Amino acid sequence: MTKLPGKQMVVEALKREGVDVVFGFPGGAIIDVYDAMEKDGSIKHVLVRHEQGAAHAADGYARATGKVGVCIATSGPGATNTVTGIATAYMDSIPMVVFTGQVPTSLIGNDAFQEVDIVGITRPCTKHNYLVKDVHKLPTILKEAFYIASSGRPGPVLIDLPKDIQNQVAEFDYPDKINLRSYNPVVEPHTRQIERAFKLIEKSKQPIIYAGGGVIIANAHKELRKLAESIYAPVTMTLMGLGGFPGTHEQSLGMLGMHGTYCANMAMANTDLIIAVGARFDDRVTGKIEAFAPNASIIHIDIDPTSIQKNVKVDVPIVGDCRRALKKLVKVIKEDGRPQEVWKEKFQPWWDQIRAWEARHPLTYKKEPGVIKPQYVIEKLYELTKGKAIITTEVGQNQMWTAQFYKFDEPRTLLTSGGLGTMGYGFPAAIGAQMAFPNKLVVDVAGDGSIQMCIQEMATAMEQKLPVKIIILNNQFLGMVRQWQELFYDRRYAATEFSVTPDFVKLAEAYGAKGFRATKPEEVEDTLKKGLETDCLTIMEFAIAREEGVFPMVPAGKATTEMLLV
Amino acid sequence: MKHTLSVLVENEPGALSRITGLFSGRGFNIESLCVAPTLDQTMSHLTLVTSGDEHIIEQIIKQLNRLVDVYKVVDVSEGEFVEREMALIKVRAEDETRAEVLRMCDIFRCKVVDVSPKTYTIEVTGPESKLKAVMELLKPIGIKEITRTGTIAIQREKKTV
Ligand SMILES: Cc1ncc(C[n+]2csc(CCOP(=O)(O)OP(=O)(O)O)c2C)c(N)n1
Ligand SMILES: [Mg+2]
Repeated sequence: MTKLPGKQMVVEALKREGVDVVFGFPGGAIIDVYDAMEKDGSIKHVLVRHEQGAAHAADGYARATGKVGVCIATSGPGATNTVTGIATAYMDSIPMVVFTGQVPTSLIGNDAFQEVDIVGITRPCTKHNYLVKDVHKLPTILKEAFYIASSGRPGPVLIDLPKDIQNQVAEFDYPDKINLRSYNPVVEPHTRQIERAFKLIEKSKQPIIYAGGGVIIANAHKELRKLAESIYAPVTMTLMGLGGFPGTHEQSLGMLGMHGTYCANMAMANTDLIIAVGARFDDRVTGKIEAFAPNASIIHIDIDPTSIQKNVKVDVPIVGDCRRALKKLVKVIKEDGRPQEVWKEKFQPWWDQIRAWEARHPLTYKKEPGVIKPQYVIEKLYELTKGKAIITTEVGQNQMWTAQFYKFDEPRTLLTSGGLGTMGYGFPAAIGAQMAFPNKLVVDVAGDGSIQMCIQEMATAMEQKLPVKIIILNNQFLGMVRQWQELFYDRRYAATEFSVTPDFVKLAEAYGAKGFRATKPEEVEDTLKKGLETDCLTIMEFAIAREEGVFPMVPAGKATTEMLLV
Repeated sequence: MKHTLSVLVENEPGALSRITGLFSGRGFNIESLCVAPTLDQTMSHLTLVTSGDEHIIEQIIKQLNRLVDVYKVVDVSEGEFVEREMALIKVRAEDETRAEVLRMCDIFRCKVVDVSPKTYTIEVTGPESKLKAVMELLKPIGIKEITRTGTIAIQREKKTV
């Protein structure tokens, strides 16, 4: 067995966990780990310009690949700068390991220079975290961190490394497998529950599948499709679930919830059976909870027992991995033997109703001569990329228009901050995704507000020669907040208009990137074509209709059937 | 409804604050909390009294179980259980009340653990209801200081074989 200093243990663990790239920013308290990485030379490090960017990039890498994303920061301000990124990953259950430097153990608690209790600060927004006080425990902690981050309901894990620990030496006995008596996520669903679920499906006349991010995390998209097709049930998705079922599939009703389709929300309100898969009945989905799906029985598949029965009463809870649960359910349906046509016929009246809702209020927007509608930009983007790009988004209207008008057919092609709604997420996440897939087209759909929250990462993208494309839907507003003010605050636009915005084209050029701008509808397609074809970081700015809204919209706290329409 | 939860948790730094943080972060109540080592040095035992409807208690138990450090959670108040709490009460005991305090100690089977010319300190053990009763009776006489342990609880064994 070999003896290693803590800093080298970290590097060894990264290698054994198959980590090929880490995102970070150095400082005095983590300099030793950086030194060990440099000497080793086998791990690619992406130097960001702000630690928030490192955390989001690691998160984007994780979402795009399904692997654990890794980021590194120094103590104090470096560590606190990662917190938004950690909380973002936590809310969306993204596997991530975060390393932070810490002052030497002898100084902890002394208000030493750049000391902060990052373990205390991140306790409520990590799945688990560690302050390493004994180098002998480090190998196990490293193994545990990767295991905890990626198993069960995934999430970020933070390891705080005091400077002296990085330099102390101990046996490096890296466990192959980890067995934690207090942590044993249930992955195998109960067969009896699956059978009970099938009985409910059999009884149902108006079922709907409600799919969330869990489908994507569990790589259960194929199984979900099998389930949906074998019983010919309609499928609606949460923002996090988009791509978990093909958006172009005839059984897809699109997204539900606050900015969901009329049809999806009406179907949810009238269904007699919700089959929830890896979704958590979040308030943006249910609206006013008392009015939510009043006639529905609920089957709820989720790996996290706390998600079940949290917001709604569930008839058949199924705790376990979505993929395994769906597999079992499909098997039971197969064994039952009814072909798709039989189900299709049974649900025909329900489908007739659904198609009528679809026809009554399809997703749409009003065209106006001379002004660029953001929805049009997204439609064109979809056409030109044939739906094959990895799309990240910022937060706000830009995010919702993307969710509505880009059809995501594949999982892991939409990377967006759903739970926390973090402005500034999209661009660094695109950097992470592009690091993972250098040859894929990666596009961040941004707002003029959000893009400025992590704009400094343009230098990172240039340095790494990453051809990330940024589409700025520039309404010269913090548009989503403005929309609320327009609708619910008598158009008092308090603090939602910037009086100064940089010239984004010039800004791109200042970084050595390319910049294009479109101000008329006729220029949209051409600008997209030019911008998407470049081989470097590119900003495409679209001057869009300033006061365009996102519709349908369910006002916060209202029933989901009380939609404001275009 | 009041519930008494028995929680076994890894004896790791931060484990307790994960638990209390969960309660404050999610808006659950803690009425009392008692922590002590177990026979197994690597585990701590926590007795936690909380309140809420069925739905909230279910969430509390699930959320506790979700913490990586939590080994086991049992709602001991679901079945038959024994609960005890201890209080040390320093009560004014001067001329005319000295005898009365002692009489009360006798009735409630409390112990006098410290005596001064003007006070008695008494130890009372029992379910919370008993502690409350003693305190109510001593209040008019004059309680100078009080310290309580919080409830500990254990499930009863089945009486039949
Ligand atoms: C970090 C952060 N701060 C504030 C908010 C609140 N917020 C939500 S959407 C939004 C407006 C975003 O503006 P912009 O990026 O221009 O997007 P638009 O809605 O105009 O498309 C704001 C301020 C947030 N989600 N995240
Ligand atoms: Mg804007």
